[in-house]
Amino acid sequence: MVLLKMKFPFQKRVRLAQGLWLLSWVAMFSGAITFTMGAFLKTELHRRSEVMHSMDIHIVPNLLMAVGLASVGINIFAGKVCQDSLDPSRFPRWKTFLPPFFCFSVFLTSLLLVAMILSFALQPSLEESLKIGLKNGIRFYKDTDTPGRCFQKETIDRLQIEFQCCGNTDYRDWFEVQWISNRYLDFTSKEVKDRVRSNVDGRYLLDGVPFSCCNPASPRPCIQYSLRDNSVHYNYEYQTEELNLYSRGCRQALVSYYMGLMNTIGPCVLFDFLLQMAILVSLRYLQTAMEGVIGQEDVEIETDGYILEKGVKETLLETKEKVKKLLQFAQVGDASATTTDAQPEEEKPATA
Amino acid sequence: MALMKVKFDLKKRVKLAQMLWLMYWFSIMAGVLVFSMGLFFKIELRKRSELMDNNESHFVPNILIGVGLLACFLNASGGKICYDSLDSTKFVKWKTVLKPFLICCLFFNFLLIVTAVMCFAMRIPLEFTLAEGLKNGMKYYKDTDTPGRCYMKRTLDLMQMEFRCCGNNNYKDWFEIQWVSNRYLDFSSKEVKDRISSNVDGKYLMDGVPFSCCNPSSPRPCIQQQITNNSAHYSYDHYTEDLNIWKRGCRDALVSYYGGMMNTIGILVLMVTLLQIAVMIGLQYVNTSLSTLVNPEDPESESEGWILEKTVKETFTDIMAKMKAMGKGSQVDEGANEEAVATVS
Repeated sequence: MVLLKMKFPFQKRVRLAQGLWLLSWVAMFSGAITFTMGAFLKTELHRRSEVMHSMDIHIVPNLLMAVGLASVGINIFAGKVCQDSLDPSRFPRWKTFLPPFFCFSVFLTSLLLVAMILSFALQPSLEESLKIGLKNGIRFYKDTDTPGRCFQKETIDRLQIEFQCCGNTDYRDWFEVQWISNRYLDFTSKEVKDRVRSNVDGRYLLDGVPFSCCNPASPRPCIQYSLRDNSVHYNYEYQTEELNLYSRGCRQALVSYYMGLMNTIGPCVLFDFLLQMAILVSLRYLQTAMEGVIGQEDVEIETDGYILEKGVKETLLETKEKVKKLLQFAQVGDASATTTDAQPEEEKPATA
Repeated sequence: MALMKVKFDLKKRVKLAQMLWLMYWFSIMAGVLVFSMGLFFKIELRKRSELMDNNESHFVPNILIGVGLLACFLNASGGKICYDSLDSTKFVKWKTVLKPFLICCLFFNFLLIVTAVMCFAMRIPLEFTLAEGLKNGMKYYKDTDTPGRCYMKRTLDLMQMEFRCCGNNNYKDWFEIQWVSNRYLDFSSKEVKDRISSNVDGKYLMDGVPFSCCNPSSPRPCIQQQITNNSAHYSYDHYTEDLNIWKRGCRDALVSYYGGMMNTIGILVLMVTLLQIAVMIGLQYVNTSLSTLVNPEDPESESEGWILEKTVKETFTDIMAKMKAMGKGSQVDEGANEEAVATVS
């Protein structure tokens, strides 16, 4: 019981080969585009790697790059096979290569789907990684004199300006951290001493944020300090003031940026996947149709093309048998080695 | 005595025509490039037109766009002529047009050179426009409630952050204007009253700058207020502090940004001019080589090609003589009319 049999007269075979050759060129470009998109995503993730704690999400662009490169190779091979299929004398040399080629290509193409699924599944992991990274960044904001952390201030400031966000979840995260270094605090002043004494760890906490949280679209000059004290600023009410600082948290800003990128790349990857599968199916039809022609005198006869020679279940059983035989052959090799050792012992008592 | 005479046989003519056709394709792409650069420059000027007081001259980008389109058209026609030159029947219809076409190309090349020079020279008027525009921009920084100026604050803030600059010449420009709106000043407070009474115009001036002047690379949190007062901040000396706020003035920053862009465009236009001159010379060779066939009926005969039929001096004197003759011709007509008028009266 053949799977999806189709009849192929000579003209149809020729058209199939020509169409497939053209399609393989298109798919080659599509594979190159998938590779570039994977590379772009990886560079974007790498740029902000300082505020990310784990690198789990990098598997998505890595997969895209690997499959993109592989699909370029697969499509070149498919194009070559198509070219040769129109000449029955040159086609037989591809016979042995094609079955493993199909298994390999189907596996690689399905990796594209895996990459797409992973890009959604790894979103919580990305969010967690950003949460920890940003928390550390805000904690080490003041350590501009500690080697290894001296660029945290600049990184966080530029991040907040570029993504128009403030703090981890929102601007209040800055109230819980000492973001002004002790080097710039006058410990003889009463105000500093009061603040340092007011909490257990002896940190200088204040209800203020760095300048990078300021929103340029605000109609009034930026209020950074004493944000919770309405009386310090004229005509100011912190409960109703919305435009003064950025209201979004940086974690949410970054997650939506990366999700946006992956959602844009998604349809292109899906298109590449469908194109690749179409090429593999057509190539299988071409292969089986051409196998009917090999050895025949008249090249222009009509042949049958199919995807699987027997039904799906039977093909699976057959492959299982083949694999068992291979394993058995290996076992028999071991067994014959042990029996030759046993035989001389049996002969000895006979002679004795 | 022709200028740069070269002998041509059929093979050489064919090769010349093919090479020239390929070069015309490159020239068409170069024309598209000039067009797109003119467009890009125009868009960049538009983006910052608020800072230039809406007064900036779009002359140079418009010329670039026009020149780019004209180049595409001329090069496409040139390519068609080259293509037809290999077939003597098709070439006949182009023979009469070729000389005026070449003269057009010559004028076009002059236009390209003039455009390149203008690209380099535009820096000067731009600097003046920017100085004026930025001064006004800073004046209107606080007017976020006045229609027509309500976006000036945001534009200036974003520009200072993007170009890493502060003020017009430097950050001290902010000390001379009132950039905090009266809506946010408490006129009952002593400090505000002191500041206002301290100057003639009654403006609230202070030694502070907006937050967009802050430099993120500074190791300490930004000091925006009381910049010149060392005692107001712990461990601070405004004479030695360089990383706190941006040191560069925005006029300098913008002029070097646009200047760099214009220099690149100018150099590219010069390279396109060289390409255009090369194809023009090539076309002249094709023209002359096809019109001096030893045996007009036999396409495989030898011929000669040159750039100018006589030397440069002789060609120049010829042109002057022609122009004089044209001038004299009109004079003679006038003279004849006068005589006719005289005889009548």
